[in-house]
Amino acid sequence: MLITCPCCGPRDVAEFTYQGDASRSRPDPASTDQAAWNAYVYDRVNTAGAHREYWQHSGGCRSHLVVLRSTLTHRIDSVRFARDEADGARRRSGSPA
Amino acid sequence: MKEYSALALLRNAFSGNRDWKPAWRKPDPKPQYDVVIVGGGGHGLATAHYLASEHGITDVAVVEKGWLGGGNVGRNTTIIRSNYLLPANTGFYEHSMKLWETLSHELNYNVMFSQRGILNLAHTPGQADDYIRRGNAMRHDGIDAVWMNPAEIARKVPGLDVSAKARFPIVGGLMQPRAGTARHDAVAWGYARAADRRGVDMLENCEVTGFLRDGDRIVGVTTTRGEIRAKKVAVAVAGSTGRVMKLAGIDRLPIESHVLQAFVSESLKPAIDTVVTFGGGHLYVSQSDKGGLVFGGDIDGYNSYAQRGNLPVVEEVMSEMAALFPGWAGVRLLRSWGGIMDMSMDGSPIITAGPLPGLYLNTGWCYGGFKATPASGWCFAWTIARDEPHPLNAAFTLERFHRGAVIDEKGQGATPRLH
Repeated sequence: MLITCPCCGPRDVAEFTYQGDASRSRPDPASTDQAAWNAYVYDRVNTAGAHREYWQHSGGCRSHLVVLRSTLTHRIDSVRFARDEADGARRRSGSPA
Repeated sequence: MKEYSALALLRNAFSGNRDWKPAWRKPDPKPQYDVVIVGGGGHGLATAHYLASEHGITDVAVVEKGWLGGGNVGRNTTIIRSNYLLPANTGFYEHSMKLWETLSHELNYNVMFSQRGILNLAHTPGQADDYIRRGNAMRHDGIDAVWMNPAEIARKVPGLDVSAKARFPIVGGLMQPRAGTARHDAVAWGYARAADRRGVDMLENCEVTGFLRDGDRIVGVTTTRGEIRAKKVAVAVAGSTGRVMKLAGIDRLPIESHVLQAFVSESLKPAIDTVVTFGGGHLYVSQSDKGGLVFGGDIDGYNSYAQRGNLPVVEEVMSEMAALFPGWAGVRLLRSWGGIMDMSMDGSPIITAGPLPGLYLNTGWCYGGFKATPASGWCFAWTIARDEPHPLNAAFTLERFHRGAVIDEKGQGATPRLH
């Protein structure tokens, strides 16, 4: 499996560290909603198909990435810097950067 | 159907082996059963057998989308052990071990259970302390465990690099003599045949496409071979748990599906007569009766439903094997394959009634489901028959994650790829 790092180009998967499902959103750190925290820590959609997930190019430029990959075929459709995705999410939700 | 015996073997040999009957029937689905089990793998078939033999519930169908035993029960490295630390696990897996010890007789089917022992090698004093603690916990619960020093290990496992120059020198090892291996396909076929003889219907090529509901209650399944109603529906589908449970409207579970690879070498003359695990990395190896080395390592480490993995894990497993057994470095790899593991958030399984009325769930085996097959079926059958867990699986609930009652054998936290 090759991941095309936006900084370094196509690299072997061995250079990357997997960091899990990127579709989860962490509750507000000030939240005391126990059920929401439990769900965030333990529950997963476990998608069969297109999966948004975090990888870090730990053996390269050390960028955090968001990869769209099929869990059925391992085909990768897009790789973006996680910071760009986070900026986009902040703009969409209207919260300050 | 006739009993298998030495006499039957002899009689059929003289008649040219033309009179053997199929090991199970191929019935058409009935419109209704007391219990429908989704998943014709080891755990589903064992559940069907124990429902019939222990609880007298024989109006049961096992629905399987492919062929019986075509999933993880036919894709594992066949290791059986009960060398756990935590009480919930030691009790459960030791019950499984005791069922293994009499399984061939109980099923009238030779599952080739071979108690050749498992040796967990320790490579640092800290790891040795950890293993000795686990061994003491096992002995406290009446399970066999023996600490072996390097000289004893060298006698037990010729070819192992026990020298001080080894990349990860061996300081000792924890041996469970009653552990071992079994013929994995025979386990599936033996349970299927035993359940079939008590009247359970095996419905192969019968994929579940949805669940029938009456309000909240699950009252059956829709399949590629038609609608089947059932008083109780039990799901035991390992790596496909997420996909099947979504059909019942359960979107989130404490499970991730990951790919695990396994390997078989070309056939060798007898080389090791036990199961050896490497504590410096992650490797487990034994030798099959056909002579091939059967071995594996870690999961690939990313979510996957593809029954194949990638090369970095292959390279890592091979290098670990060469570090441990330098003499095997020239042995050629014959086959490798992948299976989909239902990795739970604490590394321990889930055997429970629910999460919906009429539904029962068996999942979360990570990559240790094979050894659990008898106890998993035994406990799941009890839970289905009585609508309450047996004390042996009372801790394996779905709610334990939200109650903080996790059973985290390795202390890794909620990162399923690390268990």
